Amino acid sequence: MADHQSKGAQSAPPRRLSWNDPDVRSVVYQVVAVSIVVMVAWFLISNTLHNLSIRNISTGFDFLGRESGFAIGESPIAFGPENTYARAILVGLLNTIRVAVIGIILATIIGTVVGIARLSKNWLIAKLSMIYVEVIRNVPLLLQLFFWYALITETLPGPRSAITIMPGVFMSNRGIKVPAPTDHGAFDLAAIGFLLAFVLIGIMVNLAKKRQDATGKAFPVYRAGLALLVGMPVLGWLIGGAPLELDVPKLQGFNFVGGATLTPEFAALLFGLVLYTAGFIAEVVRSGIQAVNYGQWEAASALGLTRSQTLRLIVLPQSLRVIIPPMTSQYLNLTKNSSLAVAIGYPDIVSIANTTLNQTGQAIEGIMIIMAVYLAISLSISFFMNWYNKHIALVER
Amino acid sequence: MTTATESLPPPTSTTGPIAWVRERLFSSPLNAILTILSVWLILMSLPPFIEWALIKANFTAATSQECRAGGGACWAFIGVKYRLMLFGLYPYDEQWRPLIATVILIAMIVVSTIPRFWTVILLPIWVGGLIAVSVLMWGGVLGLRYVEDTLWGGLPLTLILSTFGIAIAFPFGVALALGRRSKMPAIKTLCVLYIELIRGVPLISMLFMSSVMLPLFLPEGFSIDKLLRAQIAIILFAAAYLAEVVRGGLQAIPKGQYEGADSLGLSYGHKMGFIILPQALKIVIPPLVSLFIAVFKDTSLVVIIGIYDLMQSTKVALTDPAWRGFSIEAYIFVSMIYFVFCYSMSKYSQNLEKRLATGHKR
Amino acid sequence: MVAPIIELQTVNKWYGEFHVLRNINLTVKKGERIVVCGPSGSGKSTMIRCINRLEEHQKGHIIVDGTELTNDLKNIDAIRREVGMVFQHFNLFPHLTVLENLTLGPIWVLKKPKAEAEATAMKYLNRVRIPEQASKYPGQLSGGQQQRVAIARSLCMNPKIMLFDEPTSALDPEMVKEVLDVMVGLAEEGGMTMICVTHEMGFARKVADRVIFMDRGEIIEQNTPNEFFSNPQNERTQLFLSQILH
Ligand SMILES: Nc1ncnc2c1ncn2[C@@H]1O[C@H](COP(=O)(O)OP(=O)(O)OP(=O)(O)O)[C@@H](O)[C@H]1O
Ligand SMILES: [Mg+2]
Repeated sequence: MADHQSKGAQSAPPRRLSWNDPDVRSVVYQVVAVSIVVMVAWFLISNTLHNLSIRNISTGFDFLGRESGFAIGESPIAFGPENTYARAILVGLLNTIRVAVIGIILATIIGTVVGIARLSKNWLIAKLSMIYVEVIRNVPLLLQLFFWYALITETLPGPRSAITIMPGVFMSNRGIKVPAPTDHGAFDLAAIGFLLAFVLIGIMVNLAKKRQDATGKAFPVYRAGLALLVGMPVLGWLIGGAPLELDVPKLQGFNFVGGATLTPEFAALLFGLVLYTAGFIAEVVRSGIQAVNYGQWEAASALGLTRSQTLRLIVLPQSLRVIIPPMTSQYLNLTKNSSLAVAIGYPDIVSIANTTLNQTGQAIEGIMIIMAVYLAISLSISFFMNWYNKHIALVER
Repeated sequence: MTTATESLPPPTSTTGPIAWVRERLFSSPLNAILTILSVWLILMSLPPFIEWALIKANFTAATSQECRAGGGACWAFIGVKYRLMLFGLYPYDEQWRPLIATVILIAMIVVSTIPRFWTVILLPIWVGGLIAVSVLMWGGVLGLRYVEDTLWGGLPLTLILSTFGIAIAFPFGVALALGRRSKMPAIKTLCVLYIELIRGVPLISMLFMSSVMLPLFLPEGFSIDKLLRAQIAIILFAAAYLAEVVRGGLQAIPKGQYEGADSLGLSYGHKMGFIILPQALKIVIPPLVSLFIAVFKDTSLVVIIGIYDLMQSTKVALTDPAWRGFSIEAYIFVSMIYFVFCYSMSKYSQNLEKRLATGHKR
Repeated sequence: MVAPIIELQTVNKWYGEFHVLRNINLTVKKGERIVVCGPSGSGKSTMIRCINRLEEHQKGHIIVDGTELTNDLKNIDAIRREVGMVFQHFNLFPHLTVLENLTLGPIWVLKKPKAEAEATAMKYLNRVRIPEQASKYPGQLSGGQQQRVAIARSLCMNPKIMLFDEPTSALDPEMVKEVLDVMVGLAEEGGMTMICVTHEMGFARKVADRVIFMDRGEIIEQNTPNEFFSNPQNERTQLFLSQILH
């Protein structure tokens, strides 16, 4: 026993080093553990350095400044073979972020709708959403990506006999073509109007709350907000002269020219990621709502709150607390899963880093870049979500 | 005073099929619209799909031209290729061996899900099962022909990678979980670093790392085969996630249990081994099953580093020039295999969760 | 004669095949205080929950303050505004402070200005004797305090009728009294119509105008407290009383 020494003594006697002292043990264990880890790391690193030197591979990130020599299928910034590897990796990063951000937004919307639908009183809706969730969650994402990619590239017709979904929107095995706004300044104004709408909504919510506090009259914040979101861009467009021409894709020879493109790779990846993650988010949302005690609904009804008020003021704020942590991991999963892009040829960070490491032989650096990027993204998402979760946490007894 | 009223059956307006339809499909205008929309959606998608998948489908064609002629699905492709898809490049005449191995692996999984077997007996079952599978797959003993693991493929490989992955990762995961909850700062930091590092990066990057970096890690002259590299990546990956699952269980054990064990004067090893871990592991069996499903699905990623799992052997089957362009059929077939495995496991774990939840209350 | 404020006419209700309320007839006058008792599962909760449409009845009529409860949402909203309810498990909103719990209904349903709603809330918090807890969260209060907040929350809506469903049965014995005291105070003030499901017979003796005994979905007996306790007519009532009074 470690504490027999202190018994009866006024002040603790000087401690002797003894194996029976838990503090001594603890230090020894930790020293042993750390040294094992250091030794293994040293062993691996020295082997690696040795192996690299016999294979004449230089280490370091100098290759990033060299000319890449490859082209990238789609890129949000200008890129050509004469650009550097560093820029190629930046393109990959931007592509990853693009698919992840759009994916997270869409998956959240679809997942929330499906999750609520699973609890619907409507039998058909509840059953359909259940089937969706069960099927989508129990088939590997990679397989689903291959499936969507094959569906687009193998079963859709070529551009010359493309399916016209709406006038100006074409679907073919080269992807989906949609009309794009032209360079006209009115479209910039519309975009500014859209951003302005958010500012105005913020101001409106504030004013509405003040007015309700003072007079008791509620303001239809949601309807007005929606009107602003639609109205402000339209207003910007009108001020800009209301141009009617769009850059509509046209068939020329064997392919379309003009318009904006959703490539088969991006479409398949986005589609797969969104549908897959939405299945998981639906379960998160469902269990979050179910976690709110039924008594809360009853108490709210007994007070005379309407169903939508109850949902907004009572149920959602409570279920959010339950939903946020698993939702965070779904967002992280979606981001990490976007790395499957490499399997269908969408140029995300993994696929570009992979090309780079194959061309330059800088395997370790390439993999370190991939891991660093994902760690940075993961950490920032968790950081943000943790902050938000603290923000809405509940005070318990 | 009132006399007792008979218990009457409810009025039919509240129980009959018409009431059901009104209540469950048309209880409000919104619900009515949703119902009509869904019915419309079903009518739009289901009949064309059935026509493609069954009515116009071809089950028997001998060539791809003949198969394509009907305009429907070509299930004959599956008939021609299923051995390749299920067993990969494993020598054709020896394919009964991976078949038995598959059965053994499935049996092991099934046995582990039955509460009656949640004792030490699982250990010999798993060790014995894994040895039997290795012998069957490799051969070279008992008069079995030696088959190199580069020739393994298909469903047994998928099962092997995921079951061996979880089984070997298990002790590491438990150790990491204990380490993360340890009061020793250095050990705790090491465990947290490992767990968060691995969970922060995608499995693909681990697979890349193991396929290009593992060979560099080894002393000169040693080599390590491709399958083993992938297996190591999966183990390292699964261990981090396992650790978090186990940690959840450890946290769920009431503090009184730890204090009770301490008051008996048990050592750390005895306390954990006899009191805490058995309870914690029982609680986490449902999330463990979910983790197993996730690993089982994620194993399909090894296709990216060119290993012949179920996914890759399907892709290979699709490259046969004589049978081009039947990806949709092949993917649906493989999806069904994955679905059967994953769905039954997840349904099972849900049931288990319900049972354990009620068992705990009493 | 005073017009009835609540009227139940041959109300019947089923849960699936289970006949839970059988031909319930009940008339409650304005300002009347009624205690409902009966064995577990006899349908007491179901009956009073039908009065503010937390449960739907399938046959018969329920008329509250001149408005009949039908599927018309307007009627339901109107009636819920008149009727306050206190639950066995309090059902306070855990993410809102006590004050916010109390002002939520007045602000969103009665459309009152915030300052006015808060003043009313403080008035009722004083009345249930916990004004100092206004800025705490429900999770930080004791059970008895929580139930008093729940009563204050209902009172803030200025209801004509209060329904209580076993308000003290989830409480530790030492907290029962503080909640009953509040309820007695409310009853003695007069004017409020109260229906209270409870097995607190002392409370029934003290404040009830009428005691109703339910068994297997029926009202078996109703009488003044004195008659009810000293001279129960039905043998099921006698059996129940002998069990509950030891
Ligand atoms: N949602 C429901 N579905 C099916 N049966 C129910 C439901 N709610 C209550 N019941 C049944 O109806 C009967 C009456 O229930 P009720 O809650 O009204 O009883 P009670 O008199 O309040 O009992 P207690 O004193 O235990 O609260 C019980 O037998 C109960 O099992
Ligand atoms: Mg009850």
